[in-house]
Amino acid sequence: MSVVPARDGPITTILRRIGAVVVFLASILAQCVPALARPRLIVHQIYNAGARSLIIIMLCGLFVGMVLGLQGFDLLQRFGSEDALGVAAALGLLKELGPVVTALLFAGRAGTALTSEIGLMRTTDQLTAMQMMAVDPMQRVVAPRFIGGVFAMPLLAAIFSLVGLFGAQLVGVQMMGVDAGAFWSQMQGAVRLDDVQEGFIKSLVFGTACSLVAVYEGYHTEPTAAGVGLATTRTVVTSSVLTLLLDYILTAAFL
Amino acid sequence: MRPNRALEIGTGLFVLLGFAALLFLTTQLPGSGVQIGGATGYAVSARFDNVGDLKVGSPVTLAGVRIGRVAAIAFDPTDFKAVVTLDIDKRYDHIPDDSDASIQTAGLLGGKYVGIGPGGSETYLHAGSTIEFTQSAIVLENLINKFFANFASGRGAGSASEPQESTKP
Repeated sequence: MSVVPARDGPITTILRRIGAVVVFLASILAQCVPALARPRLIVHQIYNAGARSLIIIMLCGLFVGMVLGLQGFDLLQRFGSEDALGVAAALGLLKELGPVVTALLFAGRAGTALTSEIGLMRTTDQLTAMQMMAVDPMQRVVAPRFIGGVFAMPLLAAIFSLVGLFGAQLVGVQMMGVDAGAFWSQMQGAVRLDDVQEGFIKSLVFGTACSLVAVYEGYHTEPTAAGVGLATTRTVVTSSVLTLLLDYILTAAFL
Repeated sequence: MRPNRALEIGTGLFVLLGFAALLFLTTQLPGSGVQIGGATGYAVSARFDNVGDLKVGSPVTLAGVRIGRVAAIAFDPTDFKAVVTLDIDKRYDHIPDDSDASIQTAGLLGGKYVGIGPGGSETYLHAGSTIEFTQSAIVLENLINKFFANFASGRGAGSASEPQESTKP
């Protein structure tokens, strides 16, 4: 006579999944401090998640900023206030586009790599072998990757925003003829430290969410070739949806 | 140890770049940090009763053409006026010294800028000279208040709604 149903229905499946992720997060956090004893592993993961995503982040940031410059200019011109382009671009990049687009790119670029790497370890029984050698795979494999992702995301988002700002300035000032002084002075007048902080906290939360999903899906991969592919797909889908959902919640909380 | 070396250099570069970006975003965007171009011309000062929300870096224009930027805004405690230092491009060195300066707004939502109206003098502005004739920023709220005061006292809207443009004597 238990309240837990004997068989999994659609609701219990979702509940189990959420519960498993939370338990997994707790066990990662418990292993984070011991994992710090091996800083080399973490540096390696920061390199994988951060440094190797740098080119794609900067390229996308530049184009997002340039589009923002064009669209913003066209919109603001209708009200005769092109000078506000700097404010529009800076706030848009810092608060929304920087953290969100970086998280989506991160899920596609670094998240998939994490999932397939850990998933293949699972498939080839490397994780089990570690356990037999009394090496905790959570501490040795999962925690460094998680820490690396959480650490890399805010830095990537900051670089994205900065490059995007440069792109907006390139289009707005150099091509469309917005006054450079007005572009920067209005931006500096309107952007507050809170706005930068909001973007930073957002990217930190997205980094945690995307890294957690990636390592969870990898760790719980069905040990087949198709299973690794499925887990990688699930990482991208879950990370993207979670990022946009969390973005709404965080935006509502900050306003 | 070679691949390890490249990895550490790459990571160091990334972390340094990331923190540099964060530092720039937190220190340079809020407040007045970046000075685009720097001082490239000669400095002329003008005293205003009220500068509104004119900012350092705002453009200075003559006949709608940008000729410089606002280099500094200070407050003179002896006569309670705002002292605005204008950095005017060296190319434009034939501006009559009886020109007037007025603070105007670009568009409905646009920022403030300083408009120079040329005078007729034979001598020109040079580094350190002061523009004597100035018109302060038009504060929209005051204008609306005046309009409604006139409207209520029955003198009609006609005289009050006339634009208070700076007309050179």
